[in-house]
Amino acid sequence: MLTATFPIAAPVEAPLALVGRESGILTLTAVDARGHELGLRTGMTLAAARARIPALHVEPENVEANTALLRRLADMCETFTPLVALAPPDGLMLDISGCAHLFGGEARLRRDVSEKTTGFGLTTCAVVAGTPDAARALARQGRNDVVPPGADYKETTALPVSVLELGPERTLALMRAGLTLLGDLTSRPSRLLSARFGEDVTMRLRRVVGEQDVRLTALRPAPDIMAERRFVEPISLLESLISALQALAQEIAGRLEQRGRGGRRFEAVFVRADGFVRRIALETAQPARDPESLLRLLRLRLDALSDPLDPGFGFDAIRLSVLASEPLPARQTELDGRESEDADFGELVDSLIARFGGDRVLRFEARETHDPTRAGCVRSAAAAGASTVWPQPEEGGAPARPLTLFDPPQAIVATAEVPDGPPLQFTWRRMQHRVVYAEGPERIAAEWWRSHAPTRDYYRVENAHGRRFWLFRLGLYEREPNVPRWYIHGLFA
Amino acid sequence: MTARPEALRRRLVLSAPQREMRASASPFQRSDGGLAAILGGAALHEIYAAAGADAPAAAAFALLAGLSQSPRLIWARQVLLDLELGCPAPHGLAELGLDPSAVVLVRARDAAEALQAGFDAARRRIAQTVLIEMIGPARAYDLTASRRLVFAAQKTGVGVFIARSDALPAPSAATTRWRVRAAISQSQAANAPGAPSFALELLRRRNGREGLNLLVEWSREARSFVLREHLVGSGKRGDACTSLSGPLVSVSADGTSNVDGYIPDRRAG
Repeated sequence: MLTATFPIAAPVEAPLALVGRESGILTLTAVDARGHELGLRTGMTLAAARARIPALHVEPENVEANTALLRRLADMCETFTPLVALAPPDGLMLDISGCAHLFGGEARLRRDVSEKTTGFGLTTCAVVAGTPDAARALARQGRNDVVPPGADYKETTALPVSVLELGPERTLALMRAGLTLLGDLTSRPSRLLSARFGEDVTMRLRRVVGEQDVRLTALRPAPDIMAERRFVEPISLLESLISALQALAQEIAGRLEQRGRGGRRFEAVFVRADGFVRRIALETAQPARDPESLLRLLRLRLDALSDPLDPGFGFDAIRLSVLASEPLPARQTELDGRESEDADFGELVDSLIARFGGDRVLRFEARETHDPTRAGCVRSAAAAGASTVWPQPEEGGAPARPLTLFDPPQAIVATAEVPDGPPLQFTWRRMQHRVVYAEGPERIAAEWWRSHAPTRDYYRVENAHGRRFWLFRLGLYEREPNVPRWYIHGLFA
Repeated sequence: MTARPEALRRRLVLSAPQREMRASASPFQRSDGGLAAILGGAALHEIYAAAGADAPAAAAFALLAGLSQSPRLIWARQVLLDLELGCPAPHGLAELGLDPSAVVLVRARDAAEALQAGFDAARRRIAQTVLIEMIGPARAYDLTASRRLVFAAQKTGVGVFIARSDALPAPSAATTRWRVRAAISQSQAANAPGAPSFALELLRRRNGREGLNLLVEWSREARSFVLREHLVGSGKRGDACTSLSGPLVSVSADGTSNVDGYIPDRRAG
């Protein structure tokens, strides 16, 4: 395990401190190295700090920016291992089991990580230890090395009880009881500690001293299939990137084919030389693994980016991974060529999705309901749906449902001959329409298990110019309390 | 030199409309007045709504013409239309006798995106139709854009329909250009609105006769347009626009008359 913590960057002249508001009082949340030398500590009130150093340079704390930086670092650390977890507020945990040998051992790996983060202007502490909590506790104490295997217990029991992060009150209580080091706690029966200081003290203690090893919950789950290319020199030409992507697509296609699967969601990750990581997701409407079409979709996606890929000083590495896959048997063409036709159409839909995004390429789906506002819906064409069965229209009649629906229905002013009859004329969008033909009412009640909306009486009407509308009257005369109001819900062909 | 069979077939399809039209000199020989032939094949058809309120009719006409000819349709639609005309409703499509599952809807932010989606789809050699629905003046749709679409359509055999509302016809490379308005339907029993009816005016047609006026009705059972009236206008208003028997008034020959002219003098019953 490896943990990095980073206090803020080195100062210029006067000591720098960040302040945040804690229960109404401005307190220091971070202090630079010079301030630390002068006796400033985090948690100190701003007034006390100013009394010591009047020239103190103060900036407000920006929690979002901190988190964003941490996430960016986490992205960058994914070049070391796929399992990276955040350790808020200022730490990262890397599960390097089985990865260290790729970098020439744990010591080399730790140094690589340190160098990379130092390159950002950060002061970091990185520790490799047997369990995540041990590494974290040691790094928080400013250690900067590799704990040899089996030495976790010895090293951690020498740490002060504050590394358990129990909060000031309980830490003080432990100190007052004369328990200053973790070793003092481990030598006592855990039952007594739990009874006196709470259940979590023993739990945290066991984790820090390495008696309990908790798995990391990675920021992103490791992908099913992943292929990566690292470049000796950073490359920035799009053409070179594409040719590298082509090789990756071929590698992935081969592995998908071996498993008899096709990818539904892909991700291309571009790692820039300065550590910035750009992820580009790609969704397909049907399982895909053909490297040619994959590459075409990727190119489309890259062309359509609203925020184009910025090579900066070039990309260090690119990764192509399959995030979700589905069974896809080897494709066979039927004699009438139908199969290939459907597949071609699927490819077309995929390319549209790659260009416009999954939420803007849609297919229709039916819901099992009588309520016209909910009956038909659109779903992303990327989400494979079972083929929907559509209601068959009645023989010999005109269409009973309009071609377009307003969501929500628009209010109109209508006058009817008799209170519960069809409208004679209505005004919609400042235009008056005289009704020539009308049919109705088709009485549609709201789904009572969903809402208590009033009943709607729908009329199909045609005006003097041959335009056909779907109107409804909300509420029934004398039966439902509100005064009936008229709405237009849709337009017929 | 041996011509590839596909190329040959395409050339045959391309020349088919003219032959069909000649064969149907009298509208009574064909139920749709040769409409399917004019609208078929690898071509770009522009469909203009005669007035803002005719936009649903124009879009529906393009949709019906497209889906009655091919099993699948890519419908690129400007998002603004959702506010103006409402969102496409699949049950309405089903009621017209079409399969809503065969439609893929692309919500385009502007006309340029809609055209891009349409062009992407038209470039693929698949049995499908492309419908691009736009509203308002579209600078992106110019001579070049239409030429690109025509080339793509001719290369792949895909039919491309462009439905526009609140826009004036501009020079383009389209194969045909129509002006569509909603027409009074043939009422069913009890004064109920009838099947969707459209008054069509063929404004322009490459290598073919122009100035054709048609009054058609969509037949759900036949999955095609059926002719209600066929008026061959010679271009001048007031010319002999022989009205054929039917319960509705005739459409003026040049289509310049106000839509108010469609108010029927009696209610059919």
